[in-house]
Amino acid sequence: MSIAQNLQAFTCPLPLRDYPNIVMGHGGGGKLSRDLVAHLFAPTFDNALLAPLNDQAVFALNDARLAFTTDSFVVKPIFFPGGNIGELAVNGTVNDLAMSGARPLYLSAGFILEEGFALDDLTRVVYTMGQAAKRAGVQIVTGDTKVVEAGHGDKIYINTAGIGIVPDGVNIAAQNARAGDAIILSGAIGLHGIAILSQREGLRFDSEILSDCAPLHDLVAAMLAITRDIHALRDPTRGGIASALNEIADAAKIGIEIDERAIPVPRDVASACEMLGLDPFYVANEGKLIAFVPDEIAPRVIEAMRSNPLGLDATIIGHAVAQHSGMVVARTPIGATRIVDMMIGEQLPRIC
Amino acid sequence: MCLGVPGKITEIYEVGGLKMGRVDFGGVTREACLEYLPDLQIGEYTIVHVGFAISRLTEEDAQATLALFREAGAFEEELGADTG
Amino acid sequence: MQSLDSFRDEARVRAVMEQLARVATREWILMEVCGGQTHSIMRYGIDQLLPKQIELVHGPGCPVCVTPLEVIDRALAIAARPDVIFASFGDMLRVPGSTTDLFQIKAKGGDVRIVYSPLDALQIARDNPGKQVVFFAVGFETTAPANGMAVFQARREGLKNFSILVSHVLVPPAIIALLGDPENRVQGFLAAGHVCAVMGYREYEPLAEKYRVPIVVTGFEPLDIVNGILACVRQLEAGRAEVENAYPRAVLREGNVAAQKLIAQVFEVCNRKWRGIGEIPASGWRLRDEFRDLDAEQKFDVGDLRVNESPLCISGLVLQGRKKPNECVAFGKQCTPAKPLGATMVSTEGACAAYYRYARHTFAVVSEQ
Repeated sequence: MSIAQNLQAFTCPLPLRDYPNIVMGHGGGGKLSRDLVAHLFAPTFDNALLAPLNDQAVFALNDARLAFTTDSFVVKPIFFPGGNIGELAVNGTVNDLAMSGARPLYLSAGFILEEGFALDDLTRVVYTMGQAAKRAGVQIVTGDTKVVEAGHGDKIYINTAGIGIVPDGVNIAAQNARAGDAIILSGAIGLHGIAILSQREGLRFDSEILSDCAPLHDLVAAMLAITRDIHALRDPTRGGIASALNEIADAAKIGIEIDERAIPVPRDVASACEMLGLDPFYVANEGKLIAFVPDEIAPRVIEAMRSNPLGLDATIIGHAVAQHSGMVVARTPIGATRIVDMMIGEQLPRIC
Repeated sequence: MCLGVPGKITEIYEVGGLKMGRVDFGGVTREACLEYLPDLQIGEYTIVHVGFAISRLTEEDAQATLALFREAGAFEEELGADTG
Repeated sequence: MQSLDSFRDEARVRAVMEQLARVATREWILMEVCGGQTHSIMRYGIDQLLPKQIELVHGPGCPVCVTPLEVIDRALAIAARPDVIFASFGDMLRVPGSTTDLFQIKAKGGDVRIVYSPLDALQIARDNPGKQVVFFAVGFETTAPANGMAVFQARREGLKNFSILVSHVLVPPAIIALLGDPENRVQGFLAAGHVCAVMGYREYEPLAEKYRVPIVVTGFEPLDIVNGILACVRQLEAGRAEVENAYPRAVLREGNVAAQKLIAQVFEVCNRKWRGIGEIPASGWRLRDEFRDLDAEQKFDVGDLRVNESPLCISGLVLQGRKKPNECVAFGKQCTPAKPLGATMVSTEGACAAYYRYARHTFAVVSEQ
């Protein structure tokens, strides 16, 4: 096939062809993002390690199994309640590795700086990154810096890559979730996304909500100390728990049933979501994880999580089931059911 | 149409000739225009739609509504028992 | 303040459902007018818990859904202009026009901004004196006081770079049009609670009397909705046809008089086309002549607009309650929220989107013949 024919194949079928240009939704973590990966990146780069589309790739090198991940951070504003883009970059990468059960070791940090960006602000970001790396027990061992002209970047973008070691006997991947698994959520949702939104022009509001940005590898280690048989882990970042659950249901070809009453939503987050017409299930988190574990071990895993500062409110929110493969269904607060669907682009505030 | 969210007035002031207020929606607060409820006082509740207070909401009304639902239920049950 | 949780309490909702099952001795067809109510019904699954005798039909109370394609195309043309900052509520962003949508305009460099309130758009105008700021003023009566105040304030401040593109529609004419249709099956209405918070419910009284239909002013929380349904069914069982207020904590019979005064100053009644339904006389508001300079429709010449509706889309029938979303052959196939053919699938409180997003697991989808 010629390149032109190849490209044609990649941009068919419909989803990509509908949008001849990239739109914001392509970065939202919902269906548009997934389609871009599934219909363009994955088939083009085409290899077995990429194919499962987990947040990290795990492969054997000599006698070790390594986890390898990359991430880019473009959050706006760069300083938000509870953190900044720098610690988000470190913790986010650490978490991508931790979601494979890996012990995170080394990070890279590439900076794209906009001409005119204040050195004071850069210092704050970088200093925080150093602190976050120390806290997470990782080293930033290589990096790069580029500067783009004013107007061609958004103050600062950070790209990272991360490497960690996966312990023996640990096989954590989305596709390993099984019908019957208990689904554990490590704590209350919506904090990061609402903290960011509270600063967004046009939507600005006052709150004391702080981002939950935090490294989760210790929490995962505590869980692994109870059992190696953790099937799947996901940190519900962009797209919230709804997207994370849908991705796992899709990858593992299982259905998911959750109980809305079991999902902890802080009062302020709930209020902010009410005000803006948002569903907390789609709001980003940066210090939470979802775990699929065999039902019998779940209580002990939860006990271990609750002994960790980042898992104090860990709770079972539902189960994986054999029915309605690929679909997430929730019990509503009044006892009926509703689908928790994959988001399409970004979640938008509404007035209706 | 009409996401209207209840909130409590915590401040009242004027901006550009418009009566404005700070509204607490249960932990998060935002400015809203109070021009349409000129008698609204600090501490009172209102329903806010797209940044405008459109209706005064009283705690008594809310409680009464809930009680009404409860009572109606109880009343109906009695009635049902009699005629059922 | 009583938290919203009380109005979502399962035990209370079930208690009302039980009463409903006892009270309803025959089948009744009710329509909830407001898209926000449709959204609440589908999101909580209220329709799943209703006794079989009660059928809920979803009304045209989705301003995003009923905004004509021409208006959307006009909005997109304005938003594409380099001298314009286009501000809109989030709801409108994904609505496709004939060839594009606001996201794609944004992708091509258009300055499109989401705002929470029309006053935010006004602030954008103050902050950007070199640009024309256009606010997409879509809505029912509920949003008119806000949109009107933005215009009023802009005039007061002498702002020259602010205008609104109006697509306001009114509920009572829509109800009249529905009731006037010989194929109408709706026997009782749940009126839109926040529309009535602004306008009051006096104007529904002649309708209830003339057409012999109960009209119950209803709120949006699950308990409010089921109580509205119960009140409506009680009336139907008793042969009554009155306007009743099941949302007294937020609605007064006379509504918000101050808001009505401002609306009358800024807007006047006009005929409006409802997408999928057609023109309904005296069913909309437009800016009065003296505010022509703040009317984006007058201010911007976007040339000829050629409108292109999908032949498969039955939005109009859905909006009138004549078809359910799952009775459309395109539902879930050619038409999904990711690739919508019409506004009822794009808008979050459009019936089609609500059905697809929350409830497609509960009913069979019509198969193509």
